[in-house]
Amino acid sequence: MKELMLGNKAVARGLYEAGCRVISSYPGTPSTEVTEEAVQFDDIYAEWAPNEKVAMEVAFGAAMAGGRAACAMKHVGLNVAADPLYTMSYTGINGGLVIIVADDAGMHSSQNEQDSRNHAIAAKVPMLEPSDSEEAKQFTKLAFRLSEEFDTPVILKMCTRVAHSQSLVECGEREEIELRPYIKNIAKYVMMPANARPKHPFVEERAKKLLAYAETTPLNRIEWGSGDIGIITSSTSYQYTKEVFGEKASVLKLGMVNPLPEELIKNFAAKVKRLIVIEELDPIIENHCKKLGLAVEGKSLFPMIGEFSQGLIAEKLGFSPKASAALEEKIPLRPPVMCAGCPHRGMFYTLNRNHCTVLGDIGCYTLGAVAPLSAMELCACMGASIGAVHGFHKVRGEEIEGNTVAVLGDSTFMHSGMTGLANVAYNMSNSTVIILDNSITGMTGHQQNPTTGYNIKGDPAGKINLEALCRAMGFKRVCVVDPYDLEECDRVLKEELQAKEPSVIISRRPCALLKYVKAKPPIAADREKCVGCKSCMKLGCPAIGIKDKKAAIDETLCVGCGVCTQLCPFDALGTKKGGALS
Amino acid sequence: MTKNIMIVGVGGQGSVLASKLLGHLLLTEGYDVKVSEVHGMSQRGGSVVTYVRFGDKVYSPVIDKGEADVIVSFELLEAARYMGFLKPDGKIVVNTQQIDPMPVITGAAEYPKDLVAKMKAAGVKVDAIDCLTKAQEAGSSKAVNLVLMGRLSHSFDFSEEVWYRAIEAVVPPKFVEINKKAFSLGRAE
Repeated sequence: MKELMLGNKAVARGLYEAGCRVISSYPGTPSTEVTEEAVQFDDIYAEWAPNEKVAMEVAFGAAMAGGRAACAMKHVGLNVAADPLYTMSYTGINGGLVIIVADDAGMHSSQNEQDSRNHAIAAKVPMLEPSDSEEAKQFTKLAFRLSEEFDTPVILKMCTRVAHSQSLVECGEREEIELRPYIKNIAKYVMMPANARPKHPFVEERAKKLLAYAETTPLNRIEWGSGDIGIITSSTSYQYTKEVFGEKASVLKLGMVNPLPEELIKNFAAKVKRLIVIEELDPIIENHCKKLGLAVEGKSLFPMIGEFSQGLIAEKLGFSPKASAALEEKIPLRPPVMCAGCPHRGMFYTLNRNHCTVLGDIGCYTLGAVAPLSAMELCACMGASIGAVHGFHKVRGEEIEGNTVAVLGDSTFMHSGMTGLANVAYNMSNSTVIILDNSITGMTGHQQNPTTGYNIKGDPAGKINLEALCRAMGFKRVCVVDPYDLEECDRVLKEELQAKEPSVIISRRPCALLKYVKAKPPIAADREKCVGCKSCMKLGCPAIGIKDKKAAIDETLCVGCGVCTQLCPFDALGTKKGGALS
Repeated sequence: MTKNIMIVGVGGQGSVLASKLLGHLLLTEGYDVKVSEVHGMSQRGGSVVTYVRFGDKVYSPVIDKGEADVIVSFELLEAARYMGFLKPDGKIVVNTQQIDPMPVITGAAEYPKDLVAKMKAAGVKVDAIDCLTKAQEAGSSKAVNLVLMGRLSHSFDFSEEVWYRAIEAVVPPKFVEINKKAFSLGRAE
């Protein structure tokens, strides 16, 4: 019986069937469900690590010890884990090691749209790229075999449309794989120069063997069609290509995108009149073809930017566009917003009111940059806020001491903020760092982290105390505020900005969407008292609007956090009590 | 021949169950099926879209402009936003509920008026109903999705029994009755 299965779940199924023992990951859209689904199998030990580098090192350790292991991350996570990756390419593995990386062309939930194939090329490790859920499962299993056969980590490259699409999967049984013996091998695993030098030739030799494999593997297949056109493609672009051409073009579908075959491509090219490469993001297959001396079209037709679709491919190849329904109407945008009752809102309002320069970070709270709060001026990568605020201080000194802060979440702080904070403590800038502790990893859909006290299964686990951690680093000024209390936030922020030493403010309240957080009765607006001053609108709360020039609360959205009631100068907002407001 | 259904709405409205139900039903009826959705940031109250495609053999997981046979919308403005994805003779099944997006809340934009009439004037079939009222009648305001599925069921040839079996398969047991009732209220009109 076939199942309709999410691509990421199919990868988890592949891990299970391949006898994988350990997966360690850090959540990141669109990769998160791989690990969330893997934890459903009792035969796999799954965990959330503090970041992708640690996750990959855990997976590597498990593989070195002789078991099959994996880690999953989004594309930018592989940057964090690049350091172990490049040297694990040298050491090789013992038990199979598979690294799942999910790209996000179109940037649905990411800060850039880098192409992970570049990492596979640079680290000289093989990369497989499935085009639907069934392939996601099959390729995962095959990746373990290749890892062990060629003594290398193998990357499985997903993308948003494969990771987050459901298609049919045939489930199989788990293959029980014996632990491989672990034998002390200093020459293999201790990469000091004397040992690393002989490993580089090993890597180059392996690359040649992998190239030979790429020429003949069934992962790369030709589907001969009727026309003169030959298309080389992979992943979801293969699906779009088939949608447009059906059997009317010949297609070389690449399931292995590093290394790329040479003879196979040359032979394919020789049998078609017009050779086209269809690939999202960078022209990697195209440049490979050019290096082989082939006349090929690729980025001269298709964009380097964003996602493709069947419509885009048809249009760029000169097909006339499909007729569609159309509406002559200006449709207002619907950007994502901080949820009603979001604990981050009160702190961003306070920062805005104090005209602070806010160097931000990656998470739900990045939405603090959106109007009307517009209270964030940097979002680059995990943990960058703290390094950046320190840099600001070193250039502008006292001029900005009273108004510049770093803001990042609890999970982001654990991921890459601690080292930045150590730098502030060590190199002594008068920085103020605000940790928005909502007791969960929010944006990716509520994953536990080292500060929450629970593990991936929801069982009690070690809990890192943020206050004690910051104090241990040497911060004397560490305080905790409730972001629902605007007066307290304002007082503490002013104090810490004025202080002549670095400080940490922990803005603590659990995410309003967490199951254990119970909503209070909704706030009501008193139309008699409201004068339409719009003070409450400065919060950017989706539950507050203006109807007939006066404040109106959407009771279906309001969770009764009460932040807006602290802003109203006319006491027009309050909880309903027997008809009157209190 | 591949058929294309788009489910659109506002992040957090619960379109996941609708696509799960459709996917399950189409699979058990023997079709090749692909369902595609985007997770992450857009789920925070943003505009969300799920593509459901089925037929003998489905390649692309996404639906492009001019390809949708039916758009099922949890919210009025979202139906209008995605109309360009509809075939010229396509159909819109829409919940008439209106949720103001932030630009409307802040006064930077206006919520367009008379959208149902305008969509009809553009030549597409529009089936507009107040799903929230029907869902409450069924016993839960959260059953809006099943009222919509009930309306959508008229676009398929499957019997009521087939739909009910799918509901039983994907909904937790204690919510099956409410969801069946919501479905039948949607299908009745």
